[in-house]
Amino acid sequence: MIVATGKSILNGIAIGRIKIYKTPVFEINEGTAEDPDAELKRFEVALMKAIEQQGTLYEKALKDAGEESAAIFEAHQMMLEDDDLQDSTREIITDQKHTAEYAVKTAFDSYAQMFAEMDDPYMRARSADLIDVENSVLEFLMGMDTSSLQGTEPSILVAEDLAPSETVKLDKSLLLGMITREGSSNSHTAILARSMNLPSLIQCKEIDDSWDGKMAILDGYNACVYIDPTEEIMKERSAKYEEDLRMRKMLQELKGQESVTADGRKVRVYANIGGPEDIERVNENDAEGVGLFRSEFVYLNSNEEPSEEFQFNAYKRVVEALAPRMVIIRTCDIGADKTIDYMNLDKEENPALGFRAIRICLTRKDFFKTQLRALLRATAYGNMGIMFPMIISRWELVEAKELLEECKKELLAEGHKIGEYELGIMVETPAAVLCADELAEEVDFFSLGTNDLTQYVCAIDRQNAKLEKFSDTHHPAVLKAIQMTVDAGHRHGTWVGICGELGADPTLTETFLRMGVDELSVNATSVLPLRKIIRSADLSK
Amino acid sequence: MKEILFTVTDPLGIHARPAGILVKEAKKFGSSITVFKGDKSCDMRKLLALMGLAVKQNDEITVRIEGDDEEACAAAIEKFLKENF
Repeated sequence: MIVATGKSILNGIAIGRIKIYKTPVFEINEGTAEDPDAELKRFEVALMKAIEQQGTLYEKALKDAGEESAAIFEAHQMMLEDDDLQDSTREIITDQKHTAEYAVKTAFDSYAQMFAEMDDPYMRARSADLIDVENSVLEFLMGMDTSSLQGTEPSILVAEDLAPSETVKLDKSLLLGMITREGSSNSHTAILARSMNLPSLIQCKEIDDSWDGKMAILDGYNACVYIDPTEEIMKERSAKYEEDLRMRKMLQELKGQESVTADGRKVRVYANIGGPEDIERVNENDAEGVGLFRSEFVYLNSNEEPSEEFQFNAYKRVVEALAPRMVIIRTCDIGADKTIDYMNLDKEENPALGFRAIRICLTRKDFFKTQLRALLRATAYGNMGIMFPMIISRWELVEAKELLEECKKELLAEGHKIGEYELGIMVETPAAVLCADELAEEVDFFSLGTNDLTQYVCAIDRQNAKLEKFSDTHHPAVLKAIQMTVDAGHRHGTWVGICGELGADPTLTETFLRMGVDELSVNATSVLPLRKIIRSADLSK
Repeated sequence: MKEILFTVTDPLGIHARPAGILVKEAKKFGSSITVFKGDKSCDMRKLLALMGLAVKQNDEITVRIEGDDEEACAAAIEKFLKENF
């Protein structure tokens, strides 16, 4: 048995024989052509066909893998339509009297070289796109047939590297998994693998031609491939493979279903997200909305205070993409434990009880207003909620709402559109729980942040390993606090959700439903498993 | 002549596909459209040249527009930049 390691694209297992895939090599000599006009015609025809082919590949990728991976073929098409690229190819044919093949290779290669020499890794990766479109044109010029490269049996494909067009052209019914020596996790091949749900390894430096035809297990969980696996490994990994299959089938069947108990009690299952890059995951896991969009990313990924425009675009992108589903955005929750240079925050003895979240925002009002303005502008693009963290007193909420009104007036005067939105707070302090009745009068919803709430209610630092013995995530005091919050909320027509880790705890789902919790917001991957538990619960028993 | 000053906020900068759509937008107009980044510049109608400028997040670019439809063109390009980059 050989074990080779790489970087895993997704958790999954593929079992089957290895097929070594060789990218066709075009042998092109520096040939001269006697009839440049004829060569020019050959180029124009091949170019047209290649442009057309990118359109076909776009459609195919859209069907196989969705918009994100299909987009590259649209970009390829635009690259082929580029005047500079076409003109420099034509010049090599007419002025230097070279063959169309040689002209294409020379012109396209020089652009690929230009990208390969750039500093930015994203732009460097575009070099592969140039080579990909070059090959597409050459294929038509030279009449190459690439359909037989994959063999006839379903197999795990092993290649040096796969261009996006190669990946899309592959017959998916013959594809169990992919292993490449090169590639990055941002490469289009990786994106395609992810959206096609194909276990894949990249940067597997040990791949070898001698693997061809051998039995193998591609283990995405352990980022490795076993060639000629022992019986023991085969047995163990096959069991995991079967379990994955069962699980995926079950979850697939839950998509599009309602989150409702056997006796008809509905609860909304939302996802927690960190930024626009999570939109796809919300959709994949069929979340009914977003219960917590942590806005910290706009602050943490920047070297200076993020502008209103930057924030607006990020919020808008998410709200618009998920409309008409609800997206609840939590305002800035940074604090002394998450320091950011440009914020110039002091080091604190006790950061969890310190200058953080709404306390910073109500002190540095201009800073807060930038975010509020961006949020208000985004309300015009879908269904949105705005949520304030770390509230302990009614006056904080009143002051935050006054700032919101101030921003609204300014924006309307400037001609911006503002849509409807819901307003809520995180209930994550004992003070908020005890004053929940008063606070409920001010807002549309409560969202229980159980991580902080547990820490504050039990006075236990969850990062401190020594306290494990004393720590109890199901502590009766925490559960009582949740019940009190739900009851207070409902007395005032305020709906109540949970967005902390406890919301995803399957052993508490029924308890929460009996308490009257209206919404559970969890990691995207927990949405479908949670829906399954809800659907099998029966509160009448 | 019209000039647009714009700071890119998209984390990927002016990257492949939106750059392609920007080029298509630019081709709708008759005016000449030149993009400047630092001491480099290019014609906005040329995708590979535009990508060659390697405009990254937080980079400031200037777009100079000259021609009969420069008003409409500047408005459209500015809107597109704000919405996509």
